[in-house]
Amino acid sequence: MENAFTIAAYVVAGILFILSLGGLSGQESAKRAVWYGIVGMAIAVLATIVGPGSGMWFISLVLIAGGAAVGYQLATKVEMTQMPELVAIMHSLVGLAAVFVGFNADIMINYIGDIYAAQDLVLGAVGDDGITAIGLPKEAYDGLSTFGQLIAKKSSVEIGILRVELVLGIWIGAVTFTGSVIAYAKLAGGSSMLPFKVDTGANQLPGGHALNAAAAVGSVILLAMYLGGSGSWTLVLLTLLALFIGYHLIMGIGGADMPVVVSMLNSYSGWAAAAIGFSLGNDLLIVVGALVGSSGAILSYIMCKAMNRSFMSVILGGWGGAAAGEQMAVEGEQVAIDADGVANALNEADSVIIIPGYGMAVAQAQQAVSELVRKLRAKGKNVRFAIHPVAGRLPGHMNVLLAEAKVPYDIVMEMDEINEDFPDTDVAIVIGSNDIVNPAAQDDPNSPIAGMPVLECWKAKQVFVSKRGQGTGYSGIENPLFFKDNTRMFYGDAKASLDALLPKID
Amino acid sequence: MKIGTPTEVFEGEARVAMTPDSARQLQKLGHECFVEAGAGAKAGFSDAAYKDAGVEVIKGAAALWKSVDVIAKVRPPNDTEVKRLTKGKTLISFFYPGSNEALMEAASKKGANVIAMDMVPRISRAQKMDALSSMANIAGYRAVIEAGNNFGRFFTGQVTAAGKVPPAKVLVVGAGVAGLAAIGTSTSLGAITYAFDVRPEVAEQIESMGAEFVFLEFEDSELPDGAETGGYAPPSSPEFQAKQLEKFREIAPDIDIVITTALIPNRAAPILWTKDMVEMMKPGSVIVDLAAERGGNCELTKMDEKVVTDNGVTIIGYTDFPSRMAAQSSTLYSTNIRHMMADLTPEKDGAVVHDMEDDVIRGATITFEGDVTFPPPPPKVQAIAVQKKEAPKELTPEEKREQETAAFKKQTQNQVVLLGVGAALVLGVGLIPGMPASFMQHFIVFVLSVFIGFQVIWNVAHSLHTPLMAVTNAISSIIILGALIQIGSSSLLISVLGALGIFMAAVNIFGGFLVTRRMLAMFQKS
Repeated sequence: MENAFTIAAYVVAGILFILSLGGLSGQESAKRAVWYGIVGMAIAVLATIVGPGSGMWFISLVLIAGGAAVGYQLATKVEMTQMPELVAIMHSLVGLAAVFVGFNADIMINYIGDIYAAQDLVLGAVGDDGITAIGLPKEAYDGLSTFGQLIAKKSSVEIGILRVELVLGIWIGAVTFTGSVIAYAKLAGGSSMLPFKVDTGANQLPGGHALNAAAAVGSVILLAMYLGGSGSWTLVLLTLLALFIGYHLIMGIGGADMPVVVSMLNSYSGWAAAAIGFSLGNDLLIVVGALVGSSGAILSYIMCKAMNRSFMSVILGGWGGAAAGEQMAVEGEQVAIDADGVANALNEADSVIIIPGYGMAVAQAQQAVSELVRKLRAKGKNVRFAIHPVAGRLPGHMNVLLAEAKVPYDIVMEMDEINEDFPDTDVAIVIGSNDIVNPAAQDDPNSPIAGMPVLECWKAKQVFVSKRGQGTGYSGIENPLFFKDNTRMFYGDAKASLDALLPKID
Repeated sequence: MKIGTPTEVFEGEARVAMTPDSARQLQKLGHECFVEAGAGAKAGFSDAAYKDAGVEVIKGAAALWKSVDVIAKVRPPNDTEVKRLTKGKTLISFFYPGSNEALMEAASKKGANVIAMDMVPRISRAQKMDALSSMANIAGYRAVIEAGNNFGRFFTGQVTAAGKVPPAKVLVVGAGVAGLAAIGTSTSLGAITYAFDVRPEVAEQIESMGAEFVFLEFEDSELPDGAETGGYAPPSSPEFQAKQLEKFREIAPDIDIVITTALIPNRAAPILWTKDMVEMMKPGSVIVDLAAERGGNCELTKMDEKVVTDNGVTIIGYTDFPSRMAAQSSTLYSTNIRHMMADLTPEKDGAVVHDMEDDVIRGATITFEGDVTFPPPPPKVQAIAVQKKEAPKELTPEEKREQETAAFKKQTQNQVVLLGVGAALVLGVGLIPGMPASFMQHFIVFVLSVFIGFQVIWNVAHSLHTPLMAVTNAISSIIILGALIQIGSSSLLISVLGALGIFMAAVNIFGGFLVTRRMLAMFQKS
């Protein structure tokens, strides 16, 4: 087995990983925390390479260097608006790696089984006490790799558990893989590097969730057959089913639910690693997998809570149950305003709150927003940002975009921090967000988004909405905010609008 | 609905309740518009202009009254006009129901619905139809202009080659809408402007308009509070009034122009500028009394007349200031009417819904379907936020402790239940027959890690969720360890798969950490 040194190294790495996640509680400590993660990873990899059982370390290092080159390219070239895509495609790599490692474990079990058979023994047969495996003769045992030795020592029950674990690892990994690829395609839209394009809408094959359910049931049956010794073809088939589920599940989920999907896939990639850790008997894999898994789960939970929807309703697509009654009709008219009007109001305002949404990312308007904020702050105005947890396509997406545009993070507020301040605010500017500022969530119990926490920007003295046209938001719900007396619509592409506005701010 | 506006029959009234612009807006609400021929002539709106706006011009008042459902006009109807009302017709105009009870009775007997524009409640939502304010604004402006017309000197001080001219000193009494408009006009003409109001809280507004607040020393507790009387100044105590007059007497000799605007609806105007004050003033001074309609704030005011006293002080008691600027006041008044109609046609389909549950409509309606509905019940919404008198209820220490204990108990309960379920699950796994100890060892590690994960991740700042995802992504590539162990296997297939795994995981490790560092470096404090 692994020697004591490797395990000791794993302990150090594990602690470093925990610190690395814990450090993300603040912007400054995060900069230090990421180094903990890097060092932890380096220790873990080095300890494994020098540890027993891993041969071909030269090739390993070459592969790692190659991966590093690709990773460096990805990480330095990516635009901050493309972060959701990058995160999604990276998840798919973890998923695929988990599938490969899982398959290797299966191949190894079969290989060990053959060795046993060659020795006229049965893999997993137990001795007199009923627990301890009989094992191989010494010379055959010593000829195996570390992982092979690990398996060779196992009793039949342990082999069974091992198989369950590796199936779980492969299954989750496969779902993560195709799911992430589809999520990537949806998030990247036209700029996707994939040979095929996926539109962002919710598309399912005929049969919908029944297909997913059937595939899941099929997976369970195949698992039973695999455990029953039907051979590796069941595992291959099971993997194909899992790949299909990942594909079909995410195809059925629309673009605006991607924050949940991406955090869910984040969680899955962790669980896959943990399951593989079980099958390999590697505690560090288990620890890290569990950390990542719970992190993704919490993110999904926060996102769902911010949309007031259950996790299942997001994953199963579409907006929860049908509304109980007629939605309130929207009264009034949308009043348009030009850049001069907005500039006047901004020049007179003392306090301004900006509410960015996905539209800002699409229009690449964050630099213009930052410039606007810089000008307004130079005049001594109190300018802040209000970020809804599901703004954008990735948890915290808006924060990263604003940070990239050099907006200081201490004026970027969370929903709960700033929602009470709207009544004392002169001007609220909504840039490319819709559902997260919809007053119907509070006023109209029949609205599909009733009960979803929203930013109460309509309580500000004046609201400007920068929006491309009169369309509805992702949810297809009319937004009464646009019809309020104190709301003015600032139509046009967000970046073009802001560029027109900037010279008018004096 | 058909909306029509007749020519004003009141002597000298030049305003009109519908302009071509407002008619266009009314048509957008689904109404048809009618106007009596020549109705807008005095305000500068020709019949041709109305026709261009799609308004039908009808000759003769009687024909117009007959052919429309809603009549919009300015002045209260006279007796002839009331007779023209029939059941189901709606009249929108100024009405002053408090002093026009007979007229109101007559209208209600006819079965007509009457909306009095002077009864629109003073709440924020109704500001757009507050015709009293829009007319008062014009009156305030015009008062200064009239004063200037009768004042023989400059408003602003000048130093010229021909000598030095001192600036005029203007006193505005009453800082309501008219008063503030007068202050604004006067200061922009360059006069030194003083203003007085019984409500100390308007001092800020007066100063914001550029005037100096005439400060009266008085006990705070006796000062009236405007918030309780719908934004109007309440009548003040005799002591207060005495003090006020004393102050006016003190400054009267210095003042060139006095503009009084102290008026409370349905009450006689208080006398604030007495005879002796007028006598103290310099010859050539001007007094404009905007309260002339209710007897005047100045003792010597004669309604609708301009008088010159023996000592050469001009006192203007006109009551038709808005009418003197008919084009402007018609534009504003017709907009007020248009907003009223917009509230009355919520669906914008031309169907009038007279919603008596609506605060604004209810407040303004004085007769409805044959009943007199005046005076209205107090509106549900306060006119102005009452100055905070009650602090949020202080919890006694006992109550506080009770709440805390209850919350703590609930928390404990939740936690115990969660722990119980969790423990049962873990124990259940351990109880599965034949569960090997080697598995349980890893299982312990797993459960503890999940636990630590939950503890740690809850503390992550929301703004760092994207870096969190990137970093978890990087560390979930720890799966590289599995691949590293396997690559050394004797089986070629295993080695190839392992190699692929290593490569992909390495992409992730470097990509994930690098991009996290890139993102975190961007977060800068201001």
